[in-house]
Amino acid sequence: MNFTPPAIDYFALSPMIVIFAAAIVSVLVEAFAPRTIRRFLQLLIVFGALLTSAVLIVLNAGTRTVTGGGAVVIDGPALVMMGTIVVLSILGAALMAERSIDPVGDSFAARASSLPGSEDERQLTQRGYLQTEIWPLTLFAVLGMLLFVTANNLLLMFVALEIISLPLYLMTGMARRRRLLSQEASLKYFLLGVFASAFYLYGAALVYGYSGSIFFPEIAQSLTSKPSESIVVFIGMGMLIIGPLFKIGAVPFHQWVPDVYQGAPTAVVGFMAATVKVAAFGALLRILYVAFGGVRWDWDPLIWIVAVASMILGSIVALLQTDIKRLLGYSWIAQAGFILVGLAAASPAGLESTMFYVIAYGFATVGTFAVISMVRDANGEATNLAAWAGIGRKSPLVASALSLFLLGLAGIPLTSGFVSKFAVFVAAIEAGATWLVIIGVIASLIAAFFYVRIVVIMFFAEPTEQTASVVVPSAFTTISLSAGVAVTLILGIFPQPVLDMLSNAGLFLR
Amino acid sequence: MNVYTPIFILGALAFGFAAFSVVIAGFTGPKRYNRAKYDAYECGIEPTPQPIGGGRFPVKYYLTAMMFIIFDIELVFLYPWAVAFDQLGAFGLVAMMLFLLNLAVPYVYEWRRGGLEWD
Repeated sequence: MNFTPPAIDYFALSPMIVIFAAAIVSVLVEAFAPRTIRRFLQLLIVFGALLTSAVLIVLNAGTRTVTGGGAVVIDGPALVMMGTIVVLSILGAALMAERSIDPVGDSFAARASSLPGSEDERQLTQRGYLQTEIWPLTLFAVLGMLLFVTANNLLLMFVALEIISLPLYLMTGMARRRRLLSQEASLKYFLLGVFASAFYLYGAALVYGYSGSIFFPEIAQSLTSKPSESIVVFIGMGMLIIGPLFKIGAVPFHQWVPDVYQGAPTAVVGFMAATVKVAAFGALLRILYVAFGGVRWDWDPLIWIVAVASMILGSIVALLQTDIKRLLGYSWIAQAGFILVGLAAASPAGLESTMFYVIAYGFATVGTFAVISMVRDANGEATNLAAWAGIGRKSPLVASALSLFLLGLAGIPLTSGFVSKFAVFVAAIEAGATWLVIIGVIASLIAAFFYVRIVVIMFFAEPTEQTASVVVPSAFTTISLSAGVAVTLILGIFPQPVLDMLSNAGLFLR
Repeated sequence: MNVYTPIFILGALAFGFAAFSVVIAGFTGPKRYNRAKYDAYECGIEPTPQPIGGGRFPVKYYLTAMMFIIFDIELVFLYPWAVAFDQLGAFGLVAMMLFLLNLAVPYVYEWRRGGLEWD
């Protein structure tokens, strides 16, 4: 037997290698650096690695290669999504680095293992302990996301799914305030996430059993070359897409979304709501377009059902929410439905519009959660909508920024949300799913109601004594917030450069 | 004869034996119930120290488990590498060393953060 080492294109993989190396160094910093300089070193490593990775992704523009023994594919769409993930991670990490909003410290518990409400916790908080483990966890999560959008086989995709999930389960449970809520969210996320991973694995086993390969292009080949279609492969495919659909939070895999959005530290929600969605849609697109592109008519109905259920359930249940973080959780579920409408088109337009939508959504989300982290009362963040009455009169600038994001999410013209919704609906109509678009438009109208309701509460309600105040943040949150505003406006008014970039990115490498 | 017949017969025998053992134990075994019988391993020793005031388990067990996983995973990959060492050549050696280096990092982390001190 002769062994030939697989050809590895190190430059194409460099954006991931940088993040991974930084994560390892970051763990060693946790082990060896004195507590006083840990935070400084970690911030240096995290932002340095993310920026380097972003530069390497840009330098890789135009790369179309399958490397690492066929396990990793770097192509146009993958590079676009990697770039989006890294840039959004920089903004999300900036939210996590914020320390001047909460008078006690950053938004993470002084030590996640101390019992909520205990003497131990009180003392640690008083002594100003900071949890710096969030930084290696963040880097590992980013690494998982980069691998998730570039994975070209079922195994690597599963590993990537787990590398994303495990750090996020932990970070969900680390809130400094309302710790029980945060830990409950973490446990729910963990249990449901593990359940979804098991479905993915079983599906992968069935697909492998049918096609005899774990590589997406070979799965596609076996689907067209085998004379009889087997029910096994369709059961496998259905179970396979549960993994990404769970991360996306589409109905019926959405139960964790509102709890995690409400319980997790706001900065972490800002980070993961934006980035994980990009990664999960990247993976879902690759599974469905590359591996199962030939049997489009067999998976389309699945995606239709999930899309319709997500749009309707998300929009209607969001109407009833009184907590703004929870409301945004349901609003996300509805958004996932809209994006799936574009994805179901199974065309180049479907690919482009889906990518545009997740980019637009990501930036608006980071900005939204930046604002939420700034609106506070004596007990920490004031997430109850009653506390938001009249905020627009006290702090018009911040309230206007949030209104822009919310109107963007609602899909009002001149914001990124309008262009992205328009793009997915056009892609769906071209693919002949007009009825789906009609349902989408109705759901958008319902969704617009609750987005506009928040704007109305902020600007047209009288401030009461319950009304929270807006804290002035440091440069970290300000940068995230400004970037969110800028991108939401630019993508709304001049979307053409980004649309051109997406169409130049081309199709998946098969 | 079908090639699967022996497997089915073996399966049936195994199932039959399990069912028989469970049923016959209920009829013939002595029935002396006490508290120890309800413990996890029924050996009379508390499997863990009971949590004090608040239902928490000592985190030590988790750290031991983590340690086990570090070395367990290491071994699982070392064996096949050792078997095919000569064919894998320099590429395999470098890959394995990198893998070991990466595994050493969590070990060092655990050691530095006091995970190896039992009390």
